[in-house]
Amino acid sequence: MGCWLGFGLAMAEARALLEVRNLHKRYGAVVATRDLNLTVRSGEFHALIGPNGAGKTTALAQLAGELRPDSGHIHFNGRDITRVAIQRRVHLGIARSYQITSVFPHFTAEDNVALAIQAAQGHSFRLWRSARRDDRLRQPARELLSRLGLYEQRNEPAAYLAHGEQRQLEVAMALASRPWLLLLDEPTAGLGAGGTRRMAKLLEGVKAEVTVLMVEHDMDAVFALADRISVLVYGECVATGTPDQIRANAQVRRAYLGDQMP
Amino acid sequence: MVGILAFHGYQGEALLSWPLTIVGTESGLVVLPLAALVGALLAALFGAICLRTSGIHFIMITLAFAQMLFFLLVSLERYGGEDGLTLWERSVVPGIDLNDPLIFYYFCLAILLLFLWLAQRVVASRFGMVLRGCRQNERRMRALGYATYRYRLAAFTLAGAGAGLAGALIANQTEFVSPSLLHWTRSGEILAMVILGGLGTLYGPVFGAAALLLLEDQLSSYSEHWMIPLGLLLVGVALYARRGLYGLLAGLRAGDG
Repeated sequence: MGCWLGFGLAMAEARALLEVRNLHKRYGAVVATRDLNLTVRSGEFHALIGPNGAGKTTALAQLAGELRPDSGHIHFNGRDITRVAIQRRVHLGIARSYQITSVFPHFTAEDNVALAIQAAQGHSFRLWRSARRDDRLRQPARELLSRLGLYEQRNEPAAYLAHGEQRQLEVAMALASRPWLLLLDEPTAGLGAGGTRRMAKLLEGVKAEVTVLMVEHDMDAVFALADRISVLVYGECVATGTPDQIRANAQVRRAYLGDQMP
Repeated sequence: MVGILAFHGYQGEALLSWPLTIVGTESGLVVLPLAALVGALLAALFGAICLRTSGIHFIMITLAFAQMLFFLLVSLERYGGEDGLTLWERSVVPGIDLNDPLIFYYFCLAILLLFLWLAQRVVASRFGMVLRGCRQNERRMRALGYATYRYRLAAFTLAGAGAGLAGALIANQTEFVSPSLLHWTRSGEILAMVILGGLGTLYGPVFGAAALLLLEDQLSSYSEHWMIPLGLLLVGVALYARRGLYGLLAGLRAGDG
């Protein structure tokens, strides 16, 4: 009994990788992020859900460093990163993917991933040796592509990839820096049922090696993947808990009008 | 020549040529590298400010810097002011008689080929990949961890070096320097070459420069209003062949040059 209690406490106190305290962001009269408090524990798969316009992407952009909050703090690995620029946060171990696919359209899939790997390696002021013949970039890029099911398409320009493949490329690029924390913004955006299942399966494989905070609309994917779920309504976190707790939460059901909650 | 290393197409334009370097020193192997160096330094200085802006603001601020230098040179009476300065002789390179027009041509051609070769190496390098990434999607570059400003400034500086070298060559060719080399119409002319040849391509501007000069030569023999058809042509290229002559020659692949 005491053992189980101890285990429970250990879980509750599992090290917080990301801590968000009283984050606030407004655009004129619209409060996009309202006093947001959120903790992402090391090793967990955390989903951020909420109705349209709840400020999920805005929150993610602040965590990634693309938007600066008006007030509040973001701690990562025990360090206050609230005012650290996005390109620096990558080197601290945060990477993000985009809801609207944001890749390099004229580069091949392999180029895209290699460029992401190069960012993490540094050494980008090398002016002489060909980057496309650099095995320290190409080898890991191909490995990552095959893990995300894109090996066959590695020489296709990203612009010519199918939408689902571009979504996979998004995730591959975010993983390239070997982040501690992966911020995923709707990885299944625009995917059909088959594509969504495929993406969920790929993310299942990612889960073991990196802490994830994922914004997602597809509730099947959320409840299948997430260890914990936070619910955002009007920029405010109204509930955090395990999938079961969230499913049972009356406030959450009201926010979603009881519809798509499985 | 100028827009080549500046992958953003137009960014080297304001740093057209630096006849200043020739004015101060005696001829020799010193002049060309020195011109490139001064070009690079000035580009680094202006770029540090200009590159904080983008799009139309960037164009305007580079233009403003060019005009500033133009009027500075106009006001320097000691170096000829508005009238410019005649050079007594071409630079002396041991073993090569630059006063022979044909030899001078081959000398310039050799420098152009060397420059293109170096630029091609740079384009294919890690650094080049970063620049090409910036051109395609700078926001994602930052999200991947690149401090993009740094790389763009380095590219701008390299472009400045190229422009400085070109300036020294042009002063040698005409044996005359004047502030008109720095006038914005000159920048416009170079921009026209780049657009005609193909924005964002390495070899395009070479074709563009040749095509523009040939067109100028041909069209002006028909009418003194030769700029009208030329202008229409440029509009056509800008609208329908965004990668210019080079794009047409190399096929319309989704290149990133």
